[in-house]
Amino acid sequence: MNVLDNALGVHAQALGMRSQRMELLARNIANADTPNFKARDIDFKQVMQQAQDTTMVTTQAGHVAQGDAGSADGVKYRTPFNTAFDGNTVELHVEQAKYGKSAADYQATLSFLEQRVSGIRKALRGD
Amino acid sequence: MALDQIFGIAGSALNSQSVRMNTIASNLANAGTVSGTDQDAFRAKRTVFKAIMEQQGSVQDKSYQGGVKVQQISDDPTPVRRLLDPGNPLADKEGYVYTSNVNEMGEMVDMMAASRSYQNNVEVINTARQLMMRTLDLTKA
Repeated sequence: MNVLDNALGVHAQALGMRSQRMELLARNIANADTPNFKARDIDFKQVMQQAQDTTMVTTQAGHVAQGDAGSADGVKYRTPFNTAFDGNTVELHVEQAKYGKSAADYQATLSFLEQRVSGIRKALRGD
Repeated sequence: MALDQIFGIAGSALNSQSVRMNTIASNLANAGTVSGTDQDAFRAKRTVFKAIMEQQGSVQDKSYQGGVKVQQISDDPTPVRRLLDPGNPLADKEGYVYTSNVNEMGEMVDMMAASRSYQNNVEVINTARQLMMRTLDLTKA
């Protein structure tokens, strides 16, 4: 299993994070008309950095386990350009743009993965 | 897998927005309703949305977490209009009838907003579905 993890590189983790970010953006869009809803987003750079850092292992009882790379870490509240009367910080056009961009990012990561998979398949077939 | 959560989230938004459109349709239909007393006069209904943060009350399904639901449908507090119309069979002793407080222009604008929000969430579902299908195609790469 570990061999396969290495073969897919960072892209397998990245795909999970990208889909998590899309879920968060979908939440924002769904709650565009909800009073007092605060828009949130994932700081992708930070989460990716955490994932790539050498993972720390808990060896003693007092150690605190490092958060899972795919967990809700790095989720932050968005600072809106303008505030609304009802306390909602979702700006629909901003969220739409970000959703579109993250869909493209997801496809990019998918393409990288496809290349890796077809590479592995070629190596296995030996042709 | 977070992509499949999107279907629940956007689906809950579709549901809430369609409830909103239903209340608007009801408001518009009753815009011309008159009544004999102030209490009986039709008052415009307003939907109040709330985010589904945890598994709560009626929403037990985890897939809707982060979505939106209709918290309540409340009456518009704007006072109803009082019109002098002695010929109306519903008129009170002084000859007044009470019309609804529906603002048709406002309702139409609200209807547009609701329909745009609905369309937005349909787009969100479409995009998520396409990405999911492409991810499934990974096995054919």
